[in-house]
Amino acid sequence: MKRYIVKRLLEMIPTTFGVLVLTFVLFHVVGGSPAEVVLGKNASSEALAAFDALHGYDRPLLAGRWSRIRALGDVPRETLARRPESGLLRLPLTYALPAGRYRVNAGRVLLGLRESATGAADEALVDGPAPLTFAVREGWTAATLDIEGPSAPRVRLEKGNRGLLDSQFVHYLTSLARGDFGLSIEHRLPVAQVLREGVGPSLALTIPILAGGTLVGVMLALLCAAWRGSVTDRAVLVLSTVLMSVNYVVWVLAGQFLLAFKARLFPLWGFESAAYLVLPVLIGIVSGLGRDVRFYRAAILDEVFKPYVRTAQAKGVSGARIMVRHVLRNSLIPIVTYFSLSVPFLFTGSLMLESFFGIPGLGSVSLNAIHSSDMAVVRAVVILGALLYQIVNVATDVCYAWLDPRVRLG
Amino acid sequence: MTASMNIRPNIVGRLWRRWDTRLCLIVILVYAAAAVYGEAVYRTARLTDRTPAYNAVRERSRYVAPAFVRLGAVRARPEDEPLYLLGSDNLGRDVLQRLVQGTRIAFHVGIITSLIAIPLGVLLGCLGGYFGGRTDSVVVWLCATVASMPGLLFILAVAMVVGQGLAGVYLGIGLTTWVSVCRNVRGEVIKHRHRAYVQAAQVLGYGHARIMFRHILPNVTHIILIAFSVRFPASVATEVFISFLGIGVQGEPSWGIMINNARLRLWQGVWWEMTFVTLAIFALVLAFNHVADELRDLLDPALRTEQV
Repeated sequence: MKRYIVKRLLEMIPTTFGVLVLTFVLFHVVGGSPAEVVLGKNASSEALAAFDALHGYDRPLLAGRWSRIRALGDVPRETLARRPESGLLRLPLTYALPAGRYRVNAGRVLLGLRESATGAADEALVDGPAPLTFAVREGWTAATLDIEGPSAPRVRLEKGNRGLLDSQFVHYLTSLARGDFGLSIEHRLPVAQVLREGVGPSLALTIPILAGGTLVGVMLALLCAAWRGSVTDRAVLVLSTVLMSVNYVVWVLAGQFLLAFKARLFPLWGFESAAYLVLPVLIGIVSGLGRDVRFYRAAILDEVFKPYVRTAQAKGVSGARIMVRHVLRNSLIPIVTYFSLSVPFLFTGSLMLESFFGIPGLGSVSLNAIHSSDMAVVRAVVILGALLYQIVNVATDVCYAWLDPRVRLG
Repeated sequence: MTASMNIRPNIVGRLWRRWDTRLCLIVILVYAAAAVYGEAVYRTARLTDRTPAYNAVRERSRYVAPAFVRLGAVRARPEDEPLYLLGSDNLGRDVLQRLVQGTRIAFHVGIITSLIAIPLGVLLGCLGGYFGGRTDSVVVWLCATVASMPGLLFILAVAMVVGQGLAGVYLGIGLTTWVSVCRNVRGEVIKHRHRAYVQAAQVLGYGHARIMFRHILPNVTHIILIAFSVRFPASVATEVFISFLGIGVQGEPSWGIMINNARLRLWQGVWWEMTFVTLAIFALVLAFNHVADELRDLLDPALRTEQV
């Protein structure tokens, strides 16, 4: 048993790594510059660079000693103006370079330095073979940068990195390991805090939905299985296909419009008392019912034709008792699996229901984050959801192994 | 193996024989025709650089009720006003024309996401199932990784990151839904891997690719057919959801956008826009879901209990 648990836990490692790589690729590589997403295309490159430095986006993606900076992209050599006094080419810096190490592909560099505190000016000349490395001291900035002539047709200016592995990916992994999900741009708060506030309302909505949905679904499925082939069975089956085909958006909108607005049976919007949760929970249960009933019915029907059911019938056990005591117990494995797959979603909440009924849970937090491109929050919810999914999966498997020795030996 | 080979030629015939599946197939065909017509309208409008009928704004005919509601009314209709069979919206645009465009977009989404998800799932499933060992471990790892992502939120994140518009929706749905296809194909290929006909092909010295795709794949096509019939309505429903939230299609009358527009007017008593979009989505998804059920029962009874 212990070996089985350890084995399942070890199997979590590659998948977790995969999840982290996938989210990293999605949010850091495919997504383009987060600074441009947040600050807009028209932001100054100084503001963009400050954002990058604050959030660690000025480092290389995977590994490397040098990374490109926004002060100067690739500039064709012909476009540079020659300084009459020194004969050097002046680089068009979009902002003064802050303290740090830099590299440029030129032979001689003249820095126009300025002390940030006093405004005192200074000059520094660096000579040597291209590419040339130079440093701007702490407390100073380089306002101008003149170079002798690049070794290539394009001038490249790069910022030094603290180490080969001081990259965005490593930083991403280490901060996640510390439980640091970064800063929410919209709320100006740590993401962890934003999420912590949303868990309670989400659970208040999703736990009743899951519990009610499972209860109603299993009961309907038992009735269908007991009277399989009858009119009731057919009607429930047809009805569940119909329920399944109604779009989720329509469930939410129609429920809110007809029951809360027209009939005034429920409060329309808000999160003040339990009464506010009744309608969203109802909608949540009904919208999932079609799929649930079909699954549970199939799971129960798999058991109904087994010999032990015939034995029980021959012994004269009543129909209801056979269904509940014999059949339901044996069909619990697929039912519990299906149930456990919904558990991670308890925490991520319901995107639509929460937004439309004003429940301040993780679902509405994530939806707002998607609308305002608050990457850090979306990323954190995706990662936490994925981790939770795996933990629940392992927990379910361990439960099976505990209940059924064939699982841990097979 | 032989069972699926015998069934395949007359799947359509067997679906057609039952009145309920026949009705569903007819509904799907009508939608497909509407989508083709919508595509033609869309293409001509783009080629001739004219405002298409579904975007024609008529300030004087805002919120016109559907034609069949107006039958008894004596409101004088302007000469050039269209019929508005299903009414007009807040800008005097024809709801029916917009529904047809919505059908066009729904078919684009259903087909293109399937074209991303199914080949990807089939390829990985074949590789993993056929070779086993380390290849299989990689495939299983990929499946487990993508499967553990929180469904809809992950699709939304992909759509957001890739950029607003249809490309984001295609990729978001396509790249997250191949897992179930892959798992089913892999399971089926594993069953076939040691069958006599595969061993015979190996003895003959055929290459792995040829055995996988020429010999085994034809025997698992029923899985692909079922996957398509299940994926199509699911993708359409997801697209409605994404576009409704304002992350998917922009500036085109997708069903999700129409619902979002109609939602606000519903409170003022403009019921037709909402009702007809809802019905349009419902009928297509229901027809597809029912055909998918029957197809599954016909082709693979063992899959019936599984959640595809």
